[in-house]
Amino acid sequence: MPYFFGCSYLDLIGYVLLFPIAGSVINGLLGKKLSKPVVGIIGCTAIGLAFILSFFVFIDLLHLAPEHRVFEKDYFTWIGSGSFESIAGLQVDPLSVVMIMMVSGVGFIIHVYSVGYMQDDDGFYRYFTYLNLFTFSMLLLVLANNFLLMFIGWEGVGLCSYLLIGYWFEKKSASSAGMKAFIVNRVGDFGFILGIMLIFVTFNTIDFTEVFQAAPEHLQMGGFVVTMITLLLFVGAIGKSAQIPLYTWLPDAMEGPTPVSALIHAATMVTAGVYMVVRCNVLYTLAPFSLTVVAVIGGVTALFAATIGLAQNDIKRVLAYSTVSQIGFMFLACGVGAYIAGIFHLVTHSFFKALLFLGAGSVIHGLGGEQDMRKMGGLKKYMPTTYKTFLIGTLAIAGIPPFAGFFSKDEVLLEAFTKGSLLIWGLGAFAALLTAFYMFRLLFMTFCGKSNMSKHAEAHVHESPMIILIPLLVLAFLSIGGGFIGFPTASAINSFLAPVIGGGHHGTVDGGSLHHVSAGMMFSMMGISTGIAIAGIFIAYLMYIKNPDLPAKIAKKFKLIYTIVYNKYYVDEIYDATIVNPTVKTSFILWRIVDVRIIDGFVNAIARIVELKGEVLKLFQTGYVRNYALSILLGGVIIIVCSLILL
Amino acid sequence: MEIVIPPFDLKSISPIIIITVFAIIILAIDVFFKKTLRDALGYFAILVVAVTGMVVGTQLGETVYSFSNMFVVDNFSVFFSLIFLVSTGIVILLSIRYTKQEGINNGEYYTLILFATMGMMLMAGGADLLTIFLGLEIMSISLYVLAGFRRDCVRSNEASLKYFLLGAFATCFLLYGIAMLYGATGTTNIKEIASFLANNPSLSNPMIVTATSLLVIGFGFKVACVPFHKWTPDVYEGAPTAITAFMSVGPKVAAFAAFARVFLVALPDVGQKWSVILWVLAALTMTVGNLVAIAQTNIKRMLAYSSIAHAGYALMAIIAGGDFGPASLIFYMLAYTFMNLGAFAVVIILGRKGEENANIEDYSGLGYKHPILAVSMCIFMFSLAGIPPFVGFIGKFYIFSAAIKNGFIILAIIGVVNCVIAVFYYLRVTVVMYMKKPVREFAPLSLSPFIIIALIITVWGTIHLGIFPGKIIALVQNSSLLY
Repeated sequence: MPYFFGCSYLDLIGYVLLFPIAGSVINGLLGKKLSKPVVGIIGCTAIGLAFILSFFVFIDLLHLAPEHRVFEKDYFTWIGSGSFESIAGLQVDPLSVVMIMMVSGVGFIIHVYSVGYMQDDDGFYRYFTYLNLFTFSMLLLVLANNFLLMFIGWEGVGLCSYLLIGYWFEKKSASSAGMKAFIVNRVGDFGFILGIMLIFVTFNTIDFTEVFQAAPEHLQMGGFVVTMITLLLFVGAIGKSAQIPLYTWLPDAMEGPTPVSALIHAATMVTAGVYMVVRCNVLYTLAPFSLTVVAVIGGVTALFAATIGLAQNDIKRVLAYSTVSQIGFMFLACGVGAYIAGIFHLVTHSFFKALLFLGAGSVIHGLGGEQDMRKMGGLKKYMPTTYKTFLIGTLAIAGIPPFAGFFSKDEVLLEAFTKGSLLIWGLGAFAALLTAFYMFRLLFMTFCGKSNMSKHAEAHVHESPMIILIPLLVLAFLSIGGGFIGFPTASAINSFLAPVIGGGHHGTVDGGSLHHVSAGMMFSMMGISTGIAIAGIFIAYLMYIKNPDLPAKIAKKFKLIYTIVYNKYYVDEIYDATIVNPTVKTSFILWRIVDVRIIDGFVNAIARIVELKGEVLKLFQTGYVRNYALSILLGGVIIIVCSLILL
Repeated sequence: MEIVIPPFDLKSISPIIIITVFAIIILAIDVFFKKTLRDALGYFAILVVAVTGMVVGTQLGETVYSFSNMFVVDNFSVFFSLIFLVSTGIVILLSIRYTKQEGINNGEYYTLILFATMGMMLMAGGADLLTIFLGLEIMSISLYVLAGFRRDCVRSNEASLKYFLLGAFATCFLLYGIAMLYGATGTTNIKEIASFLANNPSLSNPMIVTATSLLVIGFGFKVACVPFHKWTPDVYEGAPTAITAFMSVGPKVAAFAAFARVFLVALPDVGQKWSVILWVLAALTMTVGNLVAIAQTNIKRMLAYSSIAHAGYALMAIIAGGDFGPASLIFYMLAYTFMNLGAFAVVIILGRKGEENANIEDYSGLGYKHPILAVSMCIFMFSLAGIPPFVGFIGKFYIFSAAIKNGFIILAIIGVVNCVIAVFYYLRVTVVMYMKKPVREFAPLSLSPFIIIALIITVWGTIHLGIFPGKIIALVQNSSLLY
């Protein structure tokens, strides 16, 4: 085992958290006085070091026998109150190591990219402070060894997303998008914290290891309590991972700077829900009903968001809905018990989604802030590198072999078919078809065909600088090669993650390994998924390259459907009308009448009386010693008399 | 008749000896090396306090009676002695620059402070009413002089004279009470009084009842509880600010230590009966202190009234008694030491020569001009108001829960209501600092490394004990077992 000054890297796990938070504190306190390059170097170094250390921790873990790959480090008793005890400790196991490598690795690339992207922004240091804090919170979330500490990270990413989405707070739409993200997340968090409380009430502990060990004996398979726990936790996941019905914040979240979107969509935040479900797989396996709910919500979201993606014209909005849809895939995998497939898709998705967002950022950067795809087109020749990397990302998300997305999506669909039902598989397969279609629609509208740019934009369009392109190239490489960690016949990620499933000891669940599936079945499924992807691409090709007038005609013919889809099924409007507006109106009444008139009036009256009393009592303070002595004497006499009478 | 000379156990009073000897040495240095060493006297005094603190620290855990049971070293006295030394240390840190600025940096200043501290330690360790009285007088006489230390200032002279006249007046009550108690029980030894009363149930003996009343008046004056509080604002306002800081903490804490020992050990049953009257005193003290504090415009006067209110809370701890009462009293006194001295540190830093910057209005806009100072002040104000996560909250919480545990629910409710009233005037300082435009230019800050250290210690104590009170609470619970 490699040692570092006499202690193993596992012992240094705390530094994975310390570097980002230190970066955040330094930039937050001193950033105003530092120059931009220094701020950028501090921000990137903090995450870079965290990644390097995560990698060494991973190597350390590999040296251990698979069944011993759990390492817990307790730091201090955080809260001790009666029977409740919460120890601040970190847990390193295959699952958290995969997550921290992904979070810090992709996070680092995004940090580097941000240095170029945010070059001209005045709040440069503020941006990096938040970005480091964001990464820290996410790392805390995945490293925590109990539910409460995990919840701190969980809330932390919520807070940072609010700060970063509303980063350009002088823009009204940005600040309200930030608020929306925060509030919608709170709805989910409410469920999550209820779930944690229920866990504590049931097990009298909130430590992961203890809970998962006690669960199989303590809880009845499919019992009410475990179903409630898992459903409540899942409510939190729905909010954080933007699933139906709480997905509305994510598309608005692209009001933030583009690298932030990349961070939210790829590395941090939205994957938290999937991670949480996989972390609690012991509990979910005990609650078949909850698993069904997870699978159905995941599948329906995957399809639903994909249909919205068909008709959007804002390049980032399309990507946002594709994230919602892809996270749906991950939940679908978890829901059928294929937890590892879910994590596998999470990892590959983080590569290609970061790539796509950063590529979109490069396009927006090159066009001076333009996000509408209808005003793009033909960018291929102006931005060749961005185009090539973007193409790789698109092929990966569409699921064309041998790109990363193919392996993971194929595995999700295969598991859905073998473990789930035909219906679940159908939802996923149809969503995959739509994904291939709308992603290539995006690609064609942006990079191919004839230019629709304004004269002014066309004159200024340029390829992005190297600091933006290098991250794209790295991510493109990962999007090509990343899938091979889960190559079906010799899946490295499967065997690595297997001990995590079923609470450390191989129990009822086989960890979603593919050994139970015959090779013929596997290859035919591969063929089908590839066929689906190619079909989607072909339709996009027909509609946007071959026959550019076709989309308009179709839109005209199915005007009603098109309008509904274009307006995202009016979900935001429905929420506004049924929940937001009534709440705001009620609050207004409470404020103006109940609070200002009644409560404030009452409080002010009391304050006046108290103040008057003070003024009156002050009059007794004459300043004459004889008066003071007299009051001592009188007080003494009263006390003596009273005591003699009373006692 | 054979005269038996009681064995001298010098070890038990070694801290008192150390502090006395060095106080005299400081006085001598001042006389012989007037010019050259004067500046160093403050540093020397801090050193003395630190050494004494270390010696006191070694006494933790033992219970020793000495000098014919007139003096006792137990965890209770040791812990209180440590609180005195902490407060004295901080006050000396505050004084070094302040005395120079005000032109009162004479050697006897530190000597008197050290003597006063010695008196307090004697009070906390007094196992005999006479020892307590001796300590009280040593402390008081030093303070009378210190209050009038700005000789050229009329207000300071007035403060000194008022404090002296009224103090002498109140001491008479105390001494008379001791005498009557001696008449009734035949002893002034606390333990013997307790055993006498246990063997002779004579609770309604008018002599004992009257004696107790007189003791209450005497101690009530020293802790400034209503209606014996009137001297406080005048004296606090007139005295040099560093001495005001000292008076608001040290003597009060010492008087509470003696009060608690006399009431909970010597007169446990009487004390229980007495809780009705103390109950009324505590409620009055809290309420009057807080109400009048609202009407103050001078920050020193405001802090004076707030200290009256805090005496009310501490009185509640004595009334509660039981296991938690004394423990919560000790903890609260420690908490109060940090937050109140911290507030005074800020007042001193902002003070100009001649104290003109003592109005609350003068703090307007401080938050923008001196952000760190303003944040510190906010921390102290929040803590004094009892807002978490600061130590003031834990202290109040501890006292109120002790009161509720022992059945004084209505008193606890009065206490909580008072906390709400208190928020008004504490937060007003914050509001003025952050939400008002400066009325005039701030004077250059009178900063010195020492005062900064004092500020750091008090901020640290206020926050650290507020978030991690566990260790101190365990220690305090261990120290509250009287005898």
